Order: sequence, then structure tokens, then C-alpha cells
Amino acid sequence: MHKIAEDLTRMLGAERTLWEPEHLATYGFDGTATLYGQAGCVVLPKTGTEVSQVVRYAAQNRIPVVARGSGTGLSGGSVPVPGCIVLCLVQMDRVLELDHKNLTIHVESGVVTQKVAELAEAAGLLYPPDPGSMKVSTIGGNVAENSGGLRGLKYGVTRDYVMGLEVVLANGEIISLGNKCVKDVEGYSMKDIFIGSEGTLGIITKVLLQLVPRPRARKTLLATFSQMDAAAETVSAIIAAKVIPCTLEFLDQITMKCVDEYAHLGLPLNAEAILLMETDGHPAVVEEEAQQMAEIARNHGATAVQMAQSAEEAAQLTAARRMAFSALARVSPTTILEDATVPRSELASMIRFIQQTAAKYALTVGTFGHMGDGNLHPTFLTNEKDAAEMARVEKAMEDIFDHAVKLGGTITGEHGVGLAKKAFLPKAVGTASLELMRQLKRTLDPDNILNPGKIFD
Amino acid sequence: MVTDEELHRAAIEIGRANPEGRQGAAKYLRRLDYSVLQQCIHCGMCLPTCPTYEETKLERNSPRGRIALMRRIADGHLEVTQAFGQELYFCLGCLACETACPADVHYGEMLEQARADIEQTGVLRNLVRDLVRALTLGWMFTSPRVLRAVGRLIWLYQATGPESLVRQLKLTRLLPKRLRDLEPLMPRVQWHFTDGLIEPVETPANQKYRVGLLTGCVQDLAFSQVNRDTADVLLANDCEVVTPRAQFCCGSIHTHNGEVDLAKALARRTLDSFDLEQLDAVVTNAAGCGTHLKSVGHLLQDDPAFAARAAKWSEKVRDIHEWLAEIGIREPAASIPQKVTYHEACHLYHGQKINRQPRQVLKAIPGLELVELPESVWCCGSAGIYNITQPEMAQKLLRRKIENIATTMVPVVAAANPGCSMQLQAGVREANLKVKIVHPISLLAQAYRNAETR
Repeated sequence: MHKIAEDLTRMLGAERTLWEPEHLATYGFDGTATLYGQAGCVVLPKTGTEVSQVVRYAAQNRIPVVARGSGTGLSGGSVPVPGCIVLCLVQMDRVLELDHKNLTIHVESGVVTQKVAELAEAAGLLYPPDPGSMKVSTIGGNVAENSGGLRGLKYGVTRDYVMGLEVVLANGEIISLGNKCVKDVEGYSMKDIFIGSEGTLGIITKVLLQLVPRPRARKTLLATFSQMDAAAETVSAIIAAKVIPCTLEFLDQITMKCVDEYAHLGLPLNAEAILLMETDGHPAVVEEEAQQMAEIARNHGATAVQMAQSAEEAAQLTAARRMAFSALARVSPTTILEDATVPRSELASMIRFIQQTAAKYALTVGTFGHMGDGNLHPTFLTNEKDAAEMARVEKAMEDIFDHAVKLGGTITGEHGVGLAKKAFLPKAVGTASLELMRQLKRTLDPDNILNPGKIFD
Repeated sequence: MVTDEELHRAAIEIGRANPEGRQGAAKYLRRLDYSVLQQCIHCGMCLPTCPTYEETKLERNSPRGRIALMRRIADGHLEVTQAFGQELYFCLGCLACETACPADVHYGEMLEQARADIEQTGVLRNLVRDLVRALTLGWMFTSPRVLRAVGRLIWLYQATGPESLVRQLKLTRLLPKRLRDLEPLMPRVQWHFTDGLIEPVETPANQKYRVGLLTGCVQDLAFSQVNRDTADVLLANDCEVVTPRAQFCCGSIHTHNGEVDLAKALARRTLDSFDLEQLDAVVTNAAGCGTHLKSVGHLLQDDPAFAARAAKWSEKVRDIHEWLAEIGIREPAASIPQKVTYHEACHLYHGQKINRQPRQVLKAIPGLELVELPESVWCCGSAGIYNITQPEMAQKLLRRKIENIATTMVPVVAAANPGCSMQLQAGVREANLKVKIVHPISLLAQAYRNAETR
């Protein structure tokens, strides 16, 4: 056992201090393809005080600390810096309070997102952010990455629901930020600095979340388009008509083909796109908006529009979208899921560019995603053992990110920068913005022990 | 800023193999088609469905963690170590991860290869383990005669008095804890083995199909009546039943425990005992055997003498519920007015994706009310011989299962795997529940019989 492991074992006990190679290898990665780093030690604290003790020890000895939850991230944010201490927070999973009067829930950061959603549902409420990994991911990880999901267009992202945080700072100090008040302008909104900070500014140990009343009704539609542009125009027209659906998701032709090969749903394979639309809220409004969306889709060139008449039918219509990622992931050994995002108005142009780029570099790229908020998931189906192809993947990604930025978009809509997008960040945000981030980092973490080397160097 | 040197110092101890444990070089994992290992995208969707991860919340105890270790070994970054061996035998092999996996990772296949490497390198060897494995995997489960002789001994123990004496006097207290815990898991051995209950060929009045019946080994000892019931149900559904005598263990237990060569030998034996060309299907009523038998094509793919037959075999093997659903279940004329709940055997639900068909069988019985069991797909802890090798974890899972059964307040649990049945029987006995464990097919057979005697 090495010195660090000995010290940490004294602090947390042998069961929650892992240092053997057979443990370390299993914490060497997150959900991102091809990234690996080996920690020196993994600890599993159960309280904020224990987190504070570990961080204090790390600060004294200048050892990097990488926080993680379930390790489902898609940009390498929680991949260990070699030799670091990994703070795995999954055992901090207590639900502290569900406040029915103020519509809030207070949980420790290791609680799985799905659990928050279930508790809210049982109380007749809704926790809207629904990232694809919510059955596995922890709420602390969601806050650190500011995760999105399928309902972003109408309900926003994780940040919009965080009312308060408990954070352990780089010197080990525990601070509490925010409260249950809807209005609060006491100085800078410090909690917001930690949301999406990817573990580089502090370790989130508790989260206070806002919940909303559960919508009483929901209606699901599926439209087929022979042209991708028509699908994109439909989306723009729906929003121009002042309808804000909770879901506007699309699948391109390659994704549809993969889904159909896998699940035999009988998808329209000669179509360029299908668009899944959902509206929720008051039953009368939902009915009216569903009719309106169907009409807009038809007027903009939809070749078919199906409207679900029951919950079962709705489940059938959403099946293809739900299976999109699985269907793509099983095609090839390595699956790289990207999240370039552009303003809605530029969607069709961006999708076309992705298709052209895939053809240019002879790659297979299936694209699906959140059409309502311009968040695309070009998914590269490749093989990391094929060095030549991986080099082409790199080039294609760079082209795609450049184009997204040119269109006024972003290189990452919901996955974060981490390691995977680090090289692209300077060009995307510019020197001044990057320097501001660096200054903030230096202020909060002068010794650079919190997740060093992530987002920027 | 942290300097490179500081980082280096912190990292200095890392990557060293555990000096205390034994090590060996991988053979099977290194040979495994790399695309099988690489298919895992480490998304973590398997985590919440894995019973061992749920219990410990440690990555190593999850499918994703275990695959990461296998990959490190295949890549040559890690040797096969004692800790690796212990980890891979801590896995239940319930395959819940395969159901949850979006990327279609063949975890079961990888687990078999990993365990083969663990045995091949000998990292877990010790005297007791070697002896137990030689006696069971090498001797008992390779010969039907030996197995039946052992069965007879257990029958004598159970039927002629010693068992009740032992239990009344609590003589098991004299045994070491490990053995004491095993006593309640001992199967209730029947006097008649399958061959005494089923003729080599039985033909219905109105024959439409001809099927081979696999009688299993544990099934044959402890649940030979389930085999008779299976034959009855097949006959009632117009299938001629061909039952080869003194069938060998199919080798399922051997593949799951790293004895690939023995498994291959037993698979060849099993193939030899059926005339495939004459059969529409080969039917099994044991979930664990079914999953394995369907993969025999894969197991023997490199065996020139057997590959073609094995492939054909895999196509023809059917779980009994699957087969009945395929040919259409004849509804019995008599009813069983009874509430029944259904426990999903892992190797039916996760291993063969069969969950609709057993319910179809139960619902075909007039009067029977199917009450869904909470967490019906969560492993009961039997997992082959897991309840013997990992009693602590197995006991936790069993308690959870029994608590769920208790909440249904239903007196009958239908389960379609001999391992689960024995485990659940031990569980309800320990909890003092008045609950019977039956095979779904036995209920259907009972309904047919009720109609005849009416």
C-alpha cells in the first residue's frame, strides 16, 4: 500500500479506500470513448465532512482530486488525472427533504437522478431535466455538467432547477449557497458558478432542487418528412406559431435504418427524417396544440402525421427515438456521441453539413437529437483500433465544430468540455472569455488541485 | 500548479500488481475476438440492474467494471490475478446487464472466457476448492450414474429418518458454518428418476409434432415429476415425446464455471443422444440449461465434426414455454381457481428474453389469477452453484426475493428453473411462509389432469 492510500485509509477505513490495481482500473474512465487515466486512490466518502477532510489532505499534499458520480459523462470530465485521488460520491445518496409547500427537494449529490424524478412524481410533481443517463447518473454529476435532456425546449436544463448547493472548496472549506427563495439577489449568484464547472471549482455535496406541478395531459405525434429541410422548417414554424412543445426530437435516415434493423418497427426508410413531437399541460390546451402541430407539419411537407390516441400508441411512436442510441451503439465497436448545437434557425444547414462531412471523410455518422433546441447528436460509428479511420473522425469533428461556431452555435450543448472538447474550446469562446475562466479557476483553486487539466490547461 | 514531478510521485505506486496475490497469463481472454470486449461503451446503463453493484456500490462489482478488468487483461496491462478471480466469481452471472445493455455486449460469453482463464491460470486454487470441483464438476456432473448414486444416498438420508433426526436434534450445529448453511439447500430427491416416469417414446392420439425432451441432471434428481408433467403437457398439445435414457449433464454448469473443455465434451454427448433430423424441436424445462443449450452452436463452432450439427441444434432448442407459445397452447377444460405469482428465472428472462410465454402458459389455465411479483426479474441468489460458493450475497438476495413474495400474499410461486426452485423452497421454509414453489408447466399439467378425472 502506498503512502496516500495509508493516510486515506486512516481517514475513511479500508472498505472505502481503494488502491489495488483491480479497483483502480474500474475507475479509469467515464462514458466517453477512448479515454483512460489511472488514479492513485479512490475514496467513497459518506458525508460532506469526509469530503472536506479528503480535500484538505489533498490540498496540503498538492494531490489532484477528481470528483465523480456514476461515471456516465460524455466528455471525459471525470476521467482520472494520473495519480489523483478520485472522490466517488455514489455512497452519499440520502434524500434530505421533500418540501411540498415550497416545491423543493433537497438531496445529497450521490442520489441517482431517476430517484429524484420518482420522488417528485409520487408527490404529483415533476423534475423536468431528463438526461439520457438519468437511470444511472447522479444529481451531483448532472449539476457539475449542467445536463440537458429531451425536455430542454420547454423546461430548460439542470441549471434552471438548482436553487441551492453545498460545496466543498479547494481548501476543504464547506459552504452553502442559495436557498428556497424564488427571488434572491444577495450579491453574486455564486451557486451558478459551480453549475457546469465540471468539478474544477469545488465538490458539490448537496443539491436543493426546484420542482414543478406535474402536467395533467400529454399528447404525442410522429411526422415523416422526405426532406430534412421540411422537418427543420416545421420546427421553426411551430415555434413561430407560439406553441412550445415539451419534445421536438428527430432521427435522420441512417439512424432510422439502424433502429429498424435492430427493432423492425417498420420505419419509413426512404424518408430523410422523422420528427417526434409532444405537448404537455392542461388537457384542452394540449388537444388544441396537438392539432395545430399536425396541421403545421402537413403544411410544411410532412408526408404522414400520426397522432397517438392512447398511452400505448404514444409509447409506440416514441419507441424509435428511445432506441436511437442503442441501435447506433451496437453497429460498430466504438461509438462517439457528439453534441454540437446551433440556433434553431440553422438546423437544416447544420445537418446537411454533417452529412456532407461524413461523406467527405468516408465515415458513418447517424444524427438524431433535440431539434427543438438545436442540440444535435451526430454519432460516429467507428473503431478505435483503426488508427486511419480515427484520424478522419478527428478531422470531421473539427470541421463540424468549426461550422457550428460559424453558425453562432456551440461545440457542446449538454455534454461539457472535459478532455474531449478541450482542444476546441479556445477557438469556440475566444481568448478573453477563456482568460476570464482561467482567472476564476485561479481564484477558487490557486493550487490547481481540483480536476486539473479539464476544460482548459 | 501541480508539477509533473509531484504528479509522478503521487503516481509512483500505481499500476503495480497486487504483490500478495497469485498471478497468471491470460489465454482465453487474449484470444477472445477483441470486438466482443470493445463493444462495451461503458455508458453504465448496466449498473442499476446489477445485484452485486446495488449491494456494494463499487465499480469493480459491476458489469462495466468487470469488463474493464477483462479488457485490461486482454490488452496486457493486467495479469489474471487472485483478486480478478474472486471478482469474477462474485458475479452471479444473472445476465441482467445484457438486458439493460444498449450496445448488445455479450457479457455472458465474456464471463465464461474470463472464468476459463481463472481456472487455467489456477489463481484461485486451494485444496478444498480443487477437491470440491473435482468431485462435482469432474465426477458427479459428468456421469449420470454417479449423480444418481449420489441422489440415492441423499434420498436415503431424507426419506428414511436421518434428516428429520438431524433437524430435530439440531445436529447441524456440529458442522462448520459453511456446511451448516448448505444443509437446507439440499434438493428433495425423488425416488423415481425421469426414466422411471417417462417411456422412451410416448405418442399422443393426434400427433402433429415430434420433440426431444431434455431431462436435465438436477431436474432429474429433484424434480423428475416436472419432467413427467412436461411430457404430459407436450402430449396434450399433440407432440410425440422422445426421451433418451440416462441423459448426461448438458455442461451448462461447466461453462459457467470455467471448464470449457469438459463443457464441449458434454455438449457432444448430448448431441449424440438425440436424432436431430427426426425432431421438430428439442425441449427443455430448465432455464439455466436452455440458455447454455442455445449457445452450443457457438461453443462447438471450431469443431469440424460437430459444428454443423451444433448450429442446427441451437436452432431447434426451445424452452418449453417458448415452444408451447409457438405451437399454440390448448386450453385445459378444468380450472385451477388459485392465485399464483411468477418469479422470472434469470436465464429465461435475461438469458433467453422469455417473459411473455410463461405468463401465456399460466393465463391459459382457467380460474388461475396471475399476481405480478414486485422485482420479479431480480435474481434470487441461486445462480447455479452461487448459493454454495457465495452464501452471504446469495442469502441477501434470497431475503429480498422472499420479502417480495410475502408482499403478494399469494400461496403459489411459479418458477421455471430447478436452481431457483430449490433456493426459493429453502427461503420460504426459513421464513416460515406457507408458500408452494411449482413449475408453471406442472400447473398446466395439473389442469389437464383435473379435466381428465372430472
